[in-house]
Amino acid sequence: MTTLTPHTGYLTGRLLMATLRQPAFVVIMLIQPMIWLLLFGQLFKRIVELPGFATGSYIDFLTPGVVVMTVLFTSGWAGMAFIDDMDRGVMDRMLASPASRGAMMLASVLNQAVTVVVQGVIVVLVGLALGAEFPGGIAGILVMFLASVLLAAAFSCLSNGMALIVRTSESLIGFSTMLTLPLSFLSSAMIAREAAPEWIQTVSSYNPVDWTVVASREALSADPDWGAVLLRLAGLFVVAVVTGFIATRAFRAYQKSL
Amino acid sequence: MTHVRGTAIEAVALVKRYGEVTALDGLSFTVPAGTVFGLLGPNGAGKSTTIKILTTLSTPTSGAATVAGIDVLAHPNAVRRAIGVVTQGSGTDRQATGRENLLLAAHIHGMRGRAATARVDELLELFDLTGAAKRLVKAYSGGMQRKLDVAMGLVHRPSVLFLDEPTTGLDPQARSEMWAEIARLATQERLTILLTTHYLEEADHLADHLVIVDRGRLVAQGSPEELKSELRGDAVVVELAPDASVDSARTAVEAMAREVTVTGRTIRARVDNGASAVPAVLAELERAAVAVAAVTVARPALDDVYLRHTGRTFAAASASASGSGSEEVAVA
Ligand SMILES: Nc1ncnc2c1ncn2[C@@H]1O[C@H](COP(=O)(O)OP(=O)(O)OP(=O)(O)O)[C@@H](O)[C@H]1O
Ligand SMILES: [Mg+2]
Repeated sequence: MTTLTPHTGYLTGRLLMATLRQPAFVVIMLIQPMIWLLLFGQLFKRIVELPGFATGSYIDFLTPGVVVMTVLFTSGWAGMAFIDDMDRGVMDRMLASPASRGAMMLASVLNQAVTVVVQGVIVVLVGLALGAEFPGGIAGILVMFLASVLLAAAFSCLSNGMALIVRTSESLIGFSTMLTLPLSFLSSAMIAREAAPEWIQTVSSYNPVDWTVVASREALSADPDWGAVLLRLAGLFVVAVVTGFIATRAFRAYQKSL
Repeated sequence: MTHVRGTAIEAVALVKRYGEVTALDGLSFTVPAGTVFGLLGPNGAGKSTTIKILTTLSTPTSGAATVAGIDVLAHPNAVRRAIGVVTQGSGTDRQATGRENLLLAAHIHGMRGRAATARVDELLELFDLTGAAKRLVKAYSGGMQRKLDVAMGLVHRPSVLFLDEPTTGLDPQARSEMWAEIARLATQERLTILLTTHYLEEADHLADHLVIVDRGRLVAQGSPEELKSELRGDAVVVELAPDASVDSARTAVEAMAREVTVTGRTIRARVDNGASAVPAVLAELERAAVAVAAVTVARPALDDVYLRHTGRTFAAASASASGSGSEEVAVA
């Protein structure tokens, strides 16, 4: 008798509905990645002249980077909804009901997935409008979204797990900010791997954020190395499953504090 | 209410420690099925802690409990399907409508399609929320929110309903509506209801049985009538004038009555017959040259039961308890 699937459906519906009811939030979510693409695109326009950049256009290069940074900055906040629920008594009511813990986690992940895909579409459209070219075509774009969703899953689980442990928005904000900026700069999101110092190159090869960027750029290129793409997607999948599992265990930590 | 069908809730020697704080200190009680059971006590007494353990939210440091015949520690999920829970404060999603809140609760409990919507409509009607069903909960009044809370706890027709302070913070009108609803649920739907309250009046009005809890321990139990009849006679309360000597007053009252306690400038005592004792008490006070501001006589109330078992008045206990969430002080 599994309740995971139906509960995930109902709980995801609740979260999506709550998002849609905050139009200001929706607008900000949609505008933010556009601003990044425009701003960074201008700021770093001539960076491609550095040795190590394969493409001649920074917008081509930057678009997947901004998609991935958006994922981080969006899903890093997933736990805020958990904290809201704790403050409002919704969490306790859920936990005293037969609601599946796995479904509570998965619903948050799916909500984030929908958000990051919508944001991703916006970034791609703006990129195209700015003259970006994606030789990998639709398939490449879909792979980028898949990688982004896996990264969003890992990150929102991390954020949710942390929320269940620290239980205050202040601590969660601190945790999330502490993590997102370094993780994005310790990756090739903004700057080609070969243009970064050697130690950053080493660190970034263990960074799931970098796996997402590399898999996306590779899939968007004219002649993708599918082996490299699959390897990184598999890595992201494992990270997402493991963080999901650990984060779901964090419900126990939360209940211990009650 | 005499339809006893066995035991709905059994708590055995529950202990709960939070670090240095002992919230529950060996609490045991039994709730017969189909009754309204009141858990009465001041702030920090351990009422919410008891509810959290019985509803599987929290686990006791030691002790055991069954709800609807199911062990809460061994089979928490089975307990969750059998119970309805209304937590202290609220548990509604404020960004959703009343109807959406109820539907989600129904769906979580495995109800589907028309069965779910029919039940939701029935509850909206029952709690007089049909008109507000499509409004967001954040626009609800406190009373409406609390009604929605209770409705959500009833969606799946549980056999045991837990209500943690269902009327705290409600205005008198909303409170009496809630009382009527709780009484109706108990008699017509034959639910077992465990409710906690700060209000002695509420426990007296609603509960078939009640336990008085203080600092995590049971201090008294029985029906409100039983508890009150433990106290022979009437309560006499003497308010002293500002310049009167409390010590001489105490000596004077002790000569005429028993169970004398002093709180500030108020002296409480017990006499067999209030009407005839008052003139004698006043004469004695006058002889001792004590100025009196007011004297009242009261039939025994639960407040007196509380005073007798804990040595504190209920209001004083509620006011002195620190560090707990509620700002409410009981008025009995
Ligand atoms: N999660 C917690 N962590 C630490 N201490 C707690 C926790 N929950 C309750 N306590 C402490 O346990 C004691 C009992 O609290 P509880 O909430 O059960 O009281 P209560 O009778 O419900 O009071 P109130 O009428 O104010 O709701 C209090 O001293 C409280 O501070
Ligand atoms: Mg409480």
